[in-house]
Amino acid sequence: MAIELAGLSWNPVSDLEQLTEFPFMVQALEAGTIVAVMAGAIGWFMVLRRQTFAGHTLSVIAFPGAAGATLAGLPIALGYFGVCGIAALALSQVSRPGRESPSSESAAIGTVQAFGLGLGFLFVTLYSGQLSDLESLLFGTFLGITAAQVQTLLGVALAALALLAVIGRPLLFASVDGAVARAAGVPTGALALAFLLLLGLAVAATAEITGALLVFALLVTPAATAQQITARPGAGLAISMALALAVTWLGLGIAYFSPYPVGFWVTSLSFGLYVAVRLLLGVLARRGPEPLGALA
Amino acid sequence: MFAHEFMRNAFLAGSFVALASGLVGYFVVLRSQVFAGDALSHVAFTGALAAAAAGIDIRLGLFVATIAVAMGMGLLGDRARPDDVVIGSVFAWVLGLGALFLSIFTNGSSGENGTAAVRVLFGSILGLSAADARLAAVIALLAALALLAIARPLLFGSLDPDVARSLGLPLRVVGVGFFALLAVVAAEATQAVGALLLLGLLAAPGGAARLLTDNPWRGLALSAALALASMWGGLALSYEVASLPPSFAVIAIASAFFVLAALRARLRSGFDRQRRMTGGSVFRIEA
Repeated sequence: MAIELAGLSWNPVSDLEQLTEFPFMVQALEAGTIVAVMAGAIGWFMVLRRQTFAGHTLSVIAFPGAAGATLAGLPIALGYFGVCGIAALALSQVSRPGRESPSSESAAIGTVQAFGLGLGFLFVTLYSGQLSDLESLLFGTFLGITAAQVQTLLGVALAALALLAVIGRPLLFASVDGAVARAAGVPTGALALAFLLLLGLAVAATAEITGALLVFALLVTPAATAQQITARPGAGLAISMALALAVTWLGLGIAYFSPYPVGFWVTSLSFGLYVAVRLLLGVLARRGPEPLGALA
Repeated sequence: MFAHEFMRNAFLAGSFVALASGLVGYFVVLRSQVFAGDALSHVAFTGALAAAAAGIDIRLGLFVATIAVAMGMGLLGDRARPDDVVIGSVFAWVLGLGALFLSIFTNGSSGENGTAAVRVLFGSILGLSAADARLAAVIALLAALALLAIARPLLFGSLDPDVARSLGLPLRVVGVGFFALLAVVAAEATQAVGALLLLGLLAAPGGAARLLTDNPWRGLALSAALALASMWGGLALSYEVASLPPSFAVIAIASAFFVLAALRARLRSGFDRQRRMTGGSVFRIEA
């Protein structure tokens, strides 16, 4: 299929002008920027802490939260943030290691996911709203982000990033070597709880842009790409945020000019970047040790 | 309830799909391959919508996509167990592709095409025609029979792969065959409860059966029975309460079974622990 970009003149200046012509697009770009920075930073810690499954569960639960809020006539943001916050608290209680056998635990995760998605579907059906509502809850939209929503997002993101800045150093310590951190008197339990709450916030914010099913595109993939490139925390965090930003801006820009959804572009761009970096590093690694091998 | 033809069709297709899902789901849980079921549900969604966007029968896209991916996973075997970061990235992209096909499909022509997407995501068991229902029932029955045919070596291979291999069982063939069956069942279940919810129909009855009994044959039967009960109960419930979508009702009942089974297991282990603790303290006093 040919992907046509209607209205794109390939002149960067006029294209940018066109992109920022309408307030909805400016608000989408603002919201996308806020979300990308937040997701890039918190996602980096999530990948480091190997908590992607927690993130996945939270993102699945975000969908019935948002659908339920729509049904109850509450702001969608309240549904996203409220449900993700509660779910994060619940997860921190449940996910104590070594309780049940792994097979029944994964069955539990699968059951919870399916039930959450089913509940969201029920809410959307009861709301008897448009199918486009369902689509945008699941796969994201950049239409109809209001200025008030941007302000809420900004407030949440600033609070989350401030908290992350405060707990960042001990959190890093606890994530890299939990046992030593605990021995050194770092409160790892409280940190884990705080981080899960942060993760809930990040998932809720990201789901507003990418939809509940595609949260990983901003939360995991840029962070995973960054951790392929460098293991140093500062540089890794910066790269992760930069990649998330780039992917969001490009995705929103392309989606504006194309008839296809923003979720598709953001996932494809971030996944493409991830694969490209992996391949590149693989090639470099194969070429790297050769001189040593020749010497030996 | 059975006076309506669509309910008869739904019960016909639903019963056999549930039977097959329960049987396959037990092995999915036993083999810790819930993740594979998750993967197949994502793929089912994208495959079905790709077929819809291309204007061919949705079922063709469903079966081709799930079977192709399942065979790939089966052939890669243990090497196809990448870490969750890779899984998450790939799944997000597959779903993003699905969103692309969805928008191509809904932009192509308007109106009822939107409901087709919802049918793929959340199932359409009440919308099956008599011919559709019969075809779905036959395919599901064949899948269930095929699974029962390989159940013995599959069980052996799942529980004790090393001994099974040393006895000369073709574990690889059995494993790939199981993946193919899982793919067929996933494609079938997509028509009944939808791509997003099929994981519940696979994982919940199987997980509950695993928690309730350690005997694999009893567990297999129990899993199938629980899946059937969920399907029947869900269909009846959604018939009585018109606003309740059938796929949600089915998954809700299946989830309730799982929760009850988990509670029972937890209570039991609590009792055991208490007994052990009191036993321990008595022992200490005696010593």
